[in-house]
Amino acid sequence: MTRRGRRLALIAAALAVVGGAAGLALYALSDSIVFFYSPSEIAQKALEPGARLRVGGLVKTGSVVKSAGETVAFVVTDGAHDLKVSYSGLLPDLFREGQGVVAEGVLEQSNEMRADTILAKHDERYMPREVVDALKKEGRWREGEDVAKP
Amino acid sequence: MIVEIGHFALVLALAAALAQTIVPFWGARVGDRGLMEVGRSAALTQLALIAIAFAALVNAHLTSDFSVLNVAENSHSAVPAIYKISGVWGNHEGSMLLWVLILAVFGALVALFGRALPAALRADALAVQGLISVAFLAFILLTSNPFERLMPAPFEGRDLNPILQDPGLAIHPPLLYLGYVGFSIVYSFAAAALIEGRIDAAWARFVRPFTLVAWSFLTLGIAAGSFWAYYTLGWGGFWFWDPVENASLMPWLAGTAFVHSVAVMEKRDALKVWTIFLAIIAFSFSLLGTFLVRSGVLTSVHAFASDPRRGVFILAILALFIFGSFVLFAWRAPMLKQGGLFAPVSREGALIVNNLLLTTSCATVLFGTLYPLALEQLTGEKITVGAPFFNLTCGALLLTACFVAPFGFSLAWKRGDLLAVAERLTLALIAGAVIAVVGAAWLSGRSPFAPLAAGLAIFVITGTLIEVVMRAWRPGLTPGAALRRALGLPLSFYGGALAHIGLGVTLLGLAGLGFGAETIATLHKRVPERVGPYTITLDWVGERVGPNYKEAATTMSVRSGGVVVAEIAPARRQFEARQMTTTQAGLATLNFGQVYVAIADPTGDGAVPARLYWKPLVTLIWLGAGAMALGGALSLADRRLRFGAAARAKAGGRSLAQPAQ
Repeated sequence: MTRRGRRLALIAAALAVVGGAAGLALYALSDSIVFFYSPSEIAQKALEPGARLRVGGLVKTGSVVKSAGETVAFVVTDGAHDLKVSYSGLLPDLFREGQGVVAEGVLEQSNEMRADTILAKHDERYMPREVVDALKKEGRWREGEDVAKP
Repeated sequence: MIVEIGHFALVLALAAALAQTIVPFWGARVGDRGLMEVGRSAALTQLALIAIAFAALVNAHLTSDFSVLNVAENSHSAVPAIYKISGVWGNHEGSMLLWVLILAVFGALVALFGRALPAALRADALAVQGLISVAFLAFILLTSNPFERLMPAPFEGRDLNPILQDPGLAIHPPLLYLGYVGFSIVYSFAAAALIEGRIDAAWARFVRPFTLVAWSFLTLGIAAGSFWAYYTLGWGGFWFWDPVENASLMPWLAGTAFVHSVAVMEKRDALKVWTIFLAIIAFSFSLLGTFLVRSGVLTSVHAFASDPRRGVFILAILALFIFGSFVLFAWRAPMLKQGGLFAPVSREGALIVNNLLLTTSCATVLFGTLYPLALEQLTGEKITVGAPFFNLTCGALLLTACFVAPFGFSLAWKRGDLLAVAERLTLALIAGAVIAVVGAAWLSGRSPFAPLAAGLAIFVITGTLIEVVMRAWRPGLTPGAALRRALGLPLSFYGGALAHIGLGVTLLGLAGLGFGAETIATLHKRVPERVGPYTITLDWVGERVGPNYKEAATTMSVRSGGVVVAEIAPARRQFEARQMTTTQAGLATLNFGQVYVAIADPTGDGAVPARLYWKPLVTLIWLGAGAMALGGALSLADRRLRFGAAARAKAGGRSLAQPAQ
């Protein structure tokens, strides 16, 4: 094969692989992106039940109810609005009342979601960034609050 | 005092790095051998100085000198000694110091063992390596000084993050950095070749050992990190497509492509421009990873603290080295001479397919990692691109690459015979197909991935083994002669074979997960709970006190058909200093599979809520990675490819021919 022919074959192969990958990526993207909202945004946007989403905020103090089996219910708040969350499974080590949390799952009613993943902060200095932003938006965030007391 | 010496040594190291950048580069331009030689001594000096700085920081951590901010924030007098040492790089400042230490180690390796290199090429490579050091030393000294003092000194430190109090911290970051930073040498040599405007098979021979070292360590580093996450996070997962993990996967994919293309260049003198390009992007991805992890744009376990100044500084470094090298590439690459011709169906052709698939999968990971960041900057919308995206795109491409691997391994250089190879691989193809069909029937179609991956894994492993046998044995050969032939095959051949088998083994481990089981249950004493083929019984619950923690401890027995096969002790640790809890999963390895139990806090009446998993073949994931790294090491040990061997032989030959000179 000539140099030119070889180069053309190479370019055709490259285009095929890259095109295939781009197609796959677009297809995968169309149904595997999850949007992040704060409880206030969920209240404002009036999302359809059945939508898959992530919500972030603080676990409302006194709202955690553990019921029979491994089901737990709690309220995620950003101060302005609340969202009820139910979850079956073991909560992460760092899940605590009054602390930041991100829950991913399906919206069952306009103010209730069934979560299948719960992410809590990883250490006392770390607050999920989404939660910080959501709280800042509602004016509930004080700079420096995350610095642990000595 | 020792701390100040460390700080001072670090400043001197910056000066040495500056000298290493400017003097040899100038020397290479004016053709002054003496100036070029300065690069070597500067590189060795730089290593010595950074080693002093690093030792000073280790000493401060070991002696719990809380007047040093870094120690006070990340250590505690009650922490065991091993975690005091590993705690040195368990924080932002210390980990950056480890980064430059390894950078200097690689520079010194070139200075020590690069005698056989053309002087100008070595001088330029050391200069580029020096420039990387300058950038990162300046970054450390200006924004992340590990030697900063704290006045007044506190009586007690704030403790090392309990998640990091694990042998994993002693192993994972150093291995990963040896890989990440190892690609810096490849990058420096690529830049040097572009500056010189000349590149040939000899270049590939010089770079190959460094590539193999970096790639093997990166493989081990990623595997160690994934195993650590697996047993420490209590979710039983080992790969989360977390942006930080992706940041380490991208250089690995680009580096794997490079390891293959550099072989083509070395053996056939082809694909030169492409190989240079891969060398540049492999290290660019390492820098991107450092940026993503260290700048605070992402929040994850790996982001120790975020400071916007740091982000901007690293972004500037990233821009300098990526754009700088791309400009150099665009300007000089067209001058490089094109090399040997080959037919599309040949080992070269197969390696091009491998490179295409690897770089494209790398691009999908890059896209999935950066798209959410870009979208948020542009529109303010926050999204997560999760595992399904990566599994579908990157996964599909990598599975295709696995399918191509045995073909490429069996094809001849220059012009191959695909039909003959397919015939040779028939047995492997059949074995793979049988496994896939049996697996699919077993799972009755629950997950199409697991049986497919299992079939592919068997195909890769048997296909590679067939090639090894066929190289040594021909019909009619006596076993003794075949054995002699087998021993005569080059080590680099066995290295490649082992790496491919390792790939198959890892894939088999991944496939095994589809055949596992998991349940969430509240365990009561002496009431067995079933998971997969085993039952788990809670025997004891209680409290224990460790050096710097309290734990809710349990013991459980794992039974198979009524017989106890293992005892496990899952626990939850409560660390006083940071008010944090960690999960100690209970693991029992049974025939390459593992029973994995993670518990929640015991309830008042002595019952324990727990997650129970049975993960068949799961250990193969990491054993396979180990085999891949060992394959890299075997290739490295090949005498013919040892650093500069060919050039030394040539030099020796010349002096024999001309004894009078």
